[in-house]
Amino acid sequence: MSEETLTAETTKGVSGGRPTHDEHGHITDFGYVKIFVILAVITAVEVVWSYVNVPSYVFIPILFLMMLVKFYLVAAEFMHLKYDIKLFSMLFVTGLVLAGGVYLIFLSASQIWQSF
Amino acid sequence: MAEAVLDHADAHDAHDAHEGHVHKTNTGMSNNKLAMWVFLGSECLLFGGLISTYLLYRHNIQDGPGPSEEFFDIPFTSASSFVLLMSSLTMVLAHSAAERGDQKRLKIWLLSTALLGSVFVSGQIYEFTVFVREGLGWSTSPFSSAFYALTGFHGVHVTIGIIMLLSTFISTLRGRMHPGNAETVEIVGLYWHFVDIVWVFIFTVIYLAA
Amino acid sequence: MAIIENPLELESGDVVRVAERPLGVLTRPSGNTGWQSWLFTVDHKRIGIMYGAFAMFFFLIGGLEALAIRLQLAVPNGKILSPETYNQVFTMHGVTMIFLVIMPLAAAFANYLLPLQLGARDVAFPRMNALSLWVFLAGGIFLCSSLFIGGWFENVPNGGWFNYAPNSGTLFSPTKGIDFYAIGLQILGIASLVSAINLIVTTLNMRAEGMSLMRMPVLSWMLLVVQFLLLFALPVITVALFLLMFDRLWGANFFNVEMGADPLLWQHLFWIFGHPEVYILILPSFGIISEVIPVFSRKPIFGYSFMVGSGIAIGFLGWGVWAHHMFVSGIGPISVAAFSVSTMMIAVPTGVKILNWVATMWGGRIQLTTAMLFAVGVVSMFTIGGLSGVTHAASAADTQQTDTYYIVAHFHYVIFGGALLGIFSGFYFWWPKMFGYKLNETWGKWNFWLQIVGFNLTFGPMHILGLQGMSRRIDSYDPGYGFELWNMVSSIGSFVIFAGVFIFLINVFVSKRQAEHLPPVGPDPWDARSLEWMTASPTPEHNFDTEIVIDSLDHFWHQKYGYDDDGNVVRIAYAEDVAHDGSATNVHLPSPSYWPIVLASGFPFVGYGLIYNYWLCAIGGFLIVGAIFGWVFEHPDDPDAAHGHHDDHGDDDGHDGHEVDEGTTENAEADLVTADSATDAGEASDG
Repeated sequence: MSEETLTAETTKGVSGGRPTHDEHGHITDFGYVKIFVILAVITAVEVVWSYVNVPSYVFIPILFLMMLVKFYLVAAEFMHLKYDIKLFSMLFVTGLVLAGGVYLIFLSASQIWQSF
Repeated sequence: MAEAVLDHADAHDAHDAHEGHVHKTNTGMSNNKLAMWVFLGSECLLFGGLISTYLLYRHNIQDGPGPSEEFFDIPFTSASSFVLLMSSLTMVLAHSAAERGDQKRLKIWLLSTALLGSVFVSGQIYEFTVFVREGLGWSTSPFSSAFYALTGFHGVHVTIGIIMLLSTFISTLRGRMHPGNAETVEIVGLYWHFVDIVWVFIFTVIYLAA
Repeated sequence: MAIIENPLELESGDVVRVAERPLGVLTRPSGNTGWQSWLFTVDHKRIGIMYGAFAMFFFLIGGLEALAIRLQLAVPNGKILSPETYNQVFTMHGVTMIFLVIMPLAAAFANYLLPLQLGARDVAFPRMNALSLWVFLAGGIFLCSSLFIGGWFENVPNGGWFNYAPNSGTLFSPTKGIDFYAIGLQILGIASLVSAINLIVTTLNMRAEGMSLMRMPVLSWMLLVVQFLLLFALPVITVALFLLMFDRLWGANFFNVEMGADPLLWQHLFWIFGHPEVYILILPSFGIISEVIPVFSRKPIFGYSFMVGSGIAIGFLGWGVWAHHMFVSGIGPISVAAFSVSTMMIAVPTGVKILNWVATMWGGRIQLTTAMLFAVGVVSMFTIGGLSGVTHAASAADTQQTDTYYIVAHFHYVIFGGALLGIFSGFYFWWPKMFGYKLNETWGKWNFWLQIVGFNLTFGPMHILGLQGMSRRIDSYDPGYGFELWNMVSSIGSFVIFAGVFIFLINVFVSKRQAEHLPPVGPDPWDARSLEWMTASPTPEHNFDTEIVIDSLDHFWHQKYGYDDDGNVVRIAYAEDVAHDGSATNVHLPSPSYWPIVLASGFPFVGYGLIYNYWLCAIGGFLIVGAIFGWVFEHPDDPDAAHGHHDDHGDDDGHDGHEVDEGTTENAEADLVTADSATDAGEASDG
């Protein structure tokens, strides 16, 4: 595809040699299924984790960590952000960071965190 | 906005060879795909606002039920989350079939994605009716309003996605989908995965963290 | 659209298959004269002009509302407006001026100029561009119809443009006014969002060859920043308006304090949108004067990259200051301190801009045309408004100033003195490009001086009134507090402004008549720098005769001027020799379309339906859904015109007509279902 995609691949070494990627830098169907299996397993662990009795300062961070891994996998692999031009990632990350920033400040100003 | 990202003078040449009809653009990407990403950036702020509203009001339950493990049916919602996750898989498989020009699999995967999406929405509607029976009306409390608004907005997004999928499916039936046109499937897919990502967030924040 | 010479033959001699019409009936309108050519146009220039014309109409409405306010307050215990009507009038004045005047006037310049400055044929999605215009008009009409629907001044929004909860709930605002506000702004938000997506894609994707981002004119940069602000700020107000609508129409509890709801939720959401909105209003004006000042100082812009960088910095910082609107709402000392600091930081990039404008003028051969006078007016008046803004950033001082006329003075100095004067500068500067004749300079100077004197008379005294303790939003005041003199001065000033605006309107017609006896203005009447001057005036429908290849910032200027052996600037060519004369006939342009205006017409029905009767929603929904399907199945181009003349880069297309046309229909279909991201690739790819 475009030049920047190729550069990204060669520097990060994500595709090329790996059998799960074709010459376009996209993943093969089998690669997609593998990612889905990972996502499904994380979901299962999340659900089980929600029944485990641990203090919330342990429970919440680990739960959110698992969520972020799922989030990243879908965005990077299924939405091809990893293989498309960087501009797309920049647009999406700008939206996420702005949203995260302003709403976290708003919620902090409203002092909701002690309720967690 | 680093220039380097955008201004590859020859990016479009390579791109044209793949995408057939796409004219040259500065980014080498088609206007449609870029527009979808721009739109998704905007959607982050929309769902962010609804999620924040929910977080602000989650303990404001008045006399009604509140968010708790006992109130939410975690196994049921986990199942429907799994269904939505699965639909993301069928969506990428549809895109990959479209890129290969595999008409038969494209149709199958598009239809199954729409079907899985419908199962998810049906599950949501069923869940809402159960909640209403258990005393959580739309006007019961700030929590109930925020809960229904957030999940309702997401449900509407899924429904719009289903309509998009079905429209694409119908046009494949009319034989109007071909490898040069895989981008249409990809753009619908971007929207679909975004909706899935939002659910990943909502499922964790509303249900699991309850 | 462009005249069809020979429908079935390409210049190369190939005969092209004319694609079939997908559903037979959905052909596209054609012809470029008469009212139809305006209603169904997808030409960014016509759309820009209509944005301007509609906005000027709303400007008169908003201006009359302002005069009513000043008449009421001219003397103590004014009796012209009742307290209820006064609330409605000042609310509508604010909403109209912000959403129906300044934003669409900026959109007018953005639509007209952005593709030209980038060297593009049109925007990325011409039909979506038309959609934005008509949805804006639909929303404006919907909002203003509240003035008379259900009786005169019965159901007018009356909660201020900020519309704080819980006053906006049905308990305290039982009329339909707030519903009109919530739904009207929602409709206007759709228009702005569609337009923002369109213009961002245009800027990122459609620039002429060689037009790297850092060769774009400052105006294009500022417009790009504004579109990003719109893109990210609009969804926030959308959420707030939806929640308000749910509360009012269907009994939700988002702002219902009886149920323990938090009224600050509205304030936060509103100002997270509202502060970027302030920069949405001012940055286009900054861009305009960054074009005007270099031209009339005969110097390049001073510190181009700093101008661009400070614009981006303002855009980013604008997201971290919203709570300075809420210093007295009880958000706590930490929030107040943090937002106080972040607000003061914004003064830095703004100061950079002001210094750069001054440095551009410094040592230049300044020509005080009307456009330049207005631009200098922006620099000086905005500086005053900016300085009073810094006094609000200091939270201790702000506590004293909150809800007084001092605030009213401040924001009129930045919005009127900054945004609106900049837009007038743009009128005088680009009028010859848009309409082919210059506005009369004598009338123009009267216009400027009346407006600037009237402006300072009106809003200058409000600083004093505010510091004396006069509250905002009150409909009358008692004698004996020392408010009489300055209120009278202020009211007189408002009529001077009115006279200035009136002279502008006269000028438009006088100048048009005078122009009949004057030679044509030519492509470049001001000896300007950016690409829009490189084509005939008024701009031909196809913009440029050939594709332009850019090799530097201010490319057009460098075509006209070079350096002699001693390094002095010398003219090397006349504008007429460099500029395109607009004579090309082989340019393929997107065809007009019925559907944008049909789609837009559905929104007011949905709005009235939500307020009065759900059956109207069904009609509106039918119009919207029907129009979407019409849009999708509409042929990407008029089949008869599609291949009559191949477009300017047709040679490297290598496509066959059949496949392309189908493909674009599909693309349009897929995206259209989201309504927000409707696309038409066939048109986009033309240019």
